[in-house]
Amino acid sequence: MRVGLVCPYSFDVPGGVQAHVSDLAEVLLEQGHEVSVLAPVSEPDSASPEPLPPWLVSAGGAVPVSYNGSVARVSFGPVVGLRVRRWLAEGHFDVVHLHEPVTPSIALIAMLTAEAPLVATFHTASLRSRALQAALPLVRPGLEKLSARIAVSEDARRRVVEHLGGDAVVVPNGVSVDRYAAAPVRQEWRGRPGAPVLLFLGRFEEPRKGFGVLAQALPALRAAHPGLRVLVAGRGDPRVAHELAGDHAECLEMLGSVSEADKASLLASADLYVAPQTAGESFGIVLVEAMSAGTPVLASALPAFSRVLDGGTLGELVPVGDPAALAEAAAALLDDDERRRAVAAAASRAVRRYDWSVVAHQVLTVYETVLSGVHGTAAALGEPGGDPAAGRLLAQWRGAEVLP
Amino acid sequence: MSDQAFTMVTLVLAGVVVLGGLAWWLSARAARLDRMHVRVESTRAALDAALLRRAAATEALVASGALDPASALLLASAAAEATAPLEEVEREVVESDLSRALRAVLTPGAVQVLHDRRDVVVEGLLADLATACERVVLARRFANDAVVAARRTRGRRVERWAHLAGRAPLPRTFDVDDEPPALAPRGAAGAVAESGAQPPAPRDRLAG
Repeated sequence: MRVGLVCPYSFDVPGGVQAHVSDLAEVLLEQGHEVSVLAPVSEPDSASPEPLPPWLVSAGGAVPVSYNGSVARVSFGPVVGLRVRRWLAEGHFDVVHLHEPVTPSIALIAMLTAEAPLVATFHTASLRSRALQAALPLVRPGLEKLSARIAVSEDARRRVVEHLGGDAVVVPNGVSVDRYAAAPVRQEWRGRPGAPVLLFLGRFEEPRKGFGVLAQALPALRAAHPGLRVLVAGRGDPRVAHELAGDHAECLEMLGSVSEADKASLLASADLYVAPQTAGESFGIVLVEAMSAGTPVLASALPAFSRVLDGGTLGELVPVGDPAALAEAAAALLDDDERRRAVAAAASRAVRRYDWSVVAHQVLTVYETVLSGVHGTAAALGEPGGDPAAGRLLAQWRGAEVLP
Repeated sequence: MSDQAFTMVTLVLAGVVVLGGLAWWLSARAARLDRMHVRVESTRAALDAALLRRAAATEALVASGALDPASALLLASAAAEATAPLEEVEREVVESDLSRALRAVLTPGAVQVLHDRRDVVVEGLLADLATACERVVLARRFANDAVVAARRTRGRRVERWAHLAGRAPLPRTFDVDDEPPALAPRGAAGAVAESGAQPPAPRDRLAG
């Protein structure tokens, strides 16, 4: 199958959607499909020295814009529009899979110009209502072209239903479970008796990531475990974290931004992963990664987190934004080795359903369902689209017409 | 005795004159401050109107369909946020966002593509938008100027002691990024400089 994936956010910076798209591309390629990914990428001279993966096609440089309450690095404009058309025409895709099509970027342009069957994945869909009112007339013609919609979680699906109308099937974000399960434990990040290690991941400067809640829980936590070490991995100014922790800053170890491999090792080494996020999570991929690594998880009871932790059986849940409850639950878990082991064991069994082998199969099933419909009707109508080769020729002819 | 009475009368009269003079002086200062507050309000109303007009001009350009869909979506949502009823601080954020969105979308290359369409409607919309952006710059300068003057006057000792501002709220400056995008076709600026026969650019027209 020839699959075209469109990622609206720049591959220059790490992010959930980018990681999902590149993992999906790798998995589909492994399974023998032809895959091309179109994404905003800076020109090679300014980007990092490592070469781009062969499946990645640049739609042009990215521009940081603020959209829907946060800053996104996206591509748009007339030149970008031409590149999207050319990529679509030259790719002769059987199916084009768009990610986050309601962003001012290439996924939207592709949605409106593509003639191949379209599948779209909605990762957050948490659109502000006012912006959405302005956006809907622009995107509705495109949304009507989508043959299938995927939401990454039940929450994302509900937002699609409420804001955009129509339904979506839930296919969770994928994780390479084995990569985390096999991650080597690093001694310096490992807890010792009397000096347990707690792990926080993410941009601690962003209030919704909940580092402030953890900081407020530190006094009670350190009263119970004086030797506690808190590892903090994520982009941001360490001084902000120190300020939030106040007198208890000495137990923080700021690791800055870490590589994927280090993240896996951190998770595998730590005694407890805490996710005190207060809002804005539609799936909770980090929780799945922690569960894959065999780390017990303590998370705030956001709807998405409760679902991933199966209501608390695969990890501990505490009320959102409640430092006292967080401190108490974390201290109790650190005291109870048996419980930590049991929770982590249950989690690493349950987490298999998020493995890419399972998730990619679900995505492919969506593609096949869409294609069977397209080919079915085309054949019934006696159009050449029923024959893949003829369909490709037709698309080529159309592409030649579009391009100068 | 009559001498004493005369002195008394003179003193009282002098006191009345001094008090009357003081009252007149204070009321004159209060009136001046009031005029400044009125100017703050009127320039601020002009700024609000200019911002609204810029958002409307942006929406009109989006509705023309001349932009690619992604640019259109970005501008439409930025303009929609900018017309929302918001608190002052949030307004500064959304208006700055609109300025940045306009500059991000209407790069010199993209503007040239729009001009190359040779579409009268699009030309009109671009001209409207250029004027609206220029007006925001001017209106904000006038409004902030009025605010600074009023605040400076309110900060003086007499005005503070005599409480001349009454219960009028302390005016704030409106701090936004309002740098407009370059909307003229390529080479147009040079043409204006070379020949006086060219129609004046919007900036000249407004400033004059």
